[in-house]
Amino acid sequence: MNVAVVKYNAGNIYSVLHALQRLGVDAVLTDDAETLKRADRVIFPGQGEASHAMSYLRERGLDCLIRELKQPVLGICIGQQLMCRHSEEGDVDCLGIFDVPVLRFRPQEAQHKVPHMGWNQLERPAASLFRGFLGGEFVYFVHSFYVPVCPWTVAETQYIESFSAALHRDNFYATQFHPEKSGSVGERILRNFLEL
Amino acid sequence: MLAKRIIPCLDVKDGQTVKGTNFLNLRHAGDPVELGRAYSEQGADELVFLDITASHEGRKTFAQMVQRVAAEISIPFTVGGGISELADVERLLAAGADKVSVNSSALRRPELIDEIVRHFGSQVCVVAIDARQDETGWTCYLNGGRVSTGRGLFEWAREANDRGAGEILFTSMNHDGVKTGFACEALARLATSLSIPVIASGGAGEMSHFRDAFTLGLADAALAASVFHFGEIGIKELKTYLRKEGTNVRL
Repeated sequence: MNVAVVKYNAGNIYSVLHALQRLGVDAVLTDDAETLKRADRVIFPGQGEASHAMSYLRERGLDCLIRELKQPVLGICIGQQLMCRHSEEGDVDCLGIFDVPVLRFRPQEAQHKVPHMGWNQLERPAASLFRGFLGGEFVYFVHSFYVPVCPWTVAETQYIESFSAALHRDNFYATQFHPEKSGSVGERILRNFLEL
Repeated sequence: MLAKRIIPCLDVKDGQTVKGTNFLNLRHAGDPVELGRAYSEQGADELVFLDITASHEGRKTFAQMVQRVAAEISIPFTVGGGISELADVERLLAAGADKVSVNSSALRRPELIDEIVRHFGSQVCVVAIDARQDETGWTCYLNGGRVSTGRGLFEWAREANDRGAGEILFTSMNHDGVKTGFACEALARLATSLSIPVIASGGAGEMSHFRDAFTLGLADAALAASVFHFGEIGIKELKTYLRKEGTNVRL
């Protein structure tokens, strides 16, 4: 299988390549339009700041390209947030694949630390990404901004309030958590994505 | 619900773990990658690798180890030891580390925290603080506890928080190695006064100490070395115990 990982100015992209390698898949890291269009699967990963990432993507025409991809696409963490309509981080318009805003966590009590960092549980996991899941599985999160629950939510997680742990619309999938850092549970999610 | 995290810490010198000879049935307990993988399989939530090498050659070996950890282990890990400038951070993140921990270098030059945060984000920056309590209160120490700075623990932790650090890793030098429990009072004061997660370190001897770090110390995570390395406490057994005691952990 031909898997392409979108190369852009976000951190922690290599951990996705490593995770795929552990599943026996040698993915290619690229920002080349043709390679991305031709791939069987595209992963849009990363960690970073939304407005910087968006201007980088726009400068290279990657924003339009990602929106028009037809094969299964998986956004991870900042990748999920960039696939939404708008982000409060840097007050920036994003790709708009999911018509929902990205909001900043607003702590209500002293124990609500931001970033939301660590292992938290999936609730109501649906969609083929979570084939075989029952709910309650732990996955690894690191983020200060979140996508509220919306019509495309296919798994929720509770932190300060319920938010979208994962989204799905047509060929687009996205997770707020890092499947590549979520041990065997994360491996199952990546494998499910590859087997879609 | 967000789980409390259990974090084994591995000291690495010239590419080999320093403690841990008595660990389980591992054939190569001296290999930090193999030890890390064993912890990951037992249910460790994160790993910390501390480079205690002084030589340039040792630093290179450590970076190679970081690459192997990133390739082989599927949980987050932090690396620390000898990070004094942004270039060190860049090198370790490029090798695949998820976070770096800074200690003495940040106390000497607090702007290092801002620089790391600006370049790589808050989530990457763990500020480790070694502090000792005496009649006058809690004071921060440099160089693994050898040099007093005269700076107060709570004041420095606040500053690190405000400069954008993602987590505070607090080691009580009064409790470290004594195995009588974590410094729960100081932990609780940190946890309630900071807006970022606090990792408890120093003092673990029994499973109930971890429970207390979470319930009395309000810590978000607890770190230990020797109790895990010498097999005195198994991670799976610890987490089963914590779950039974009402602490939310990932099992």
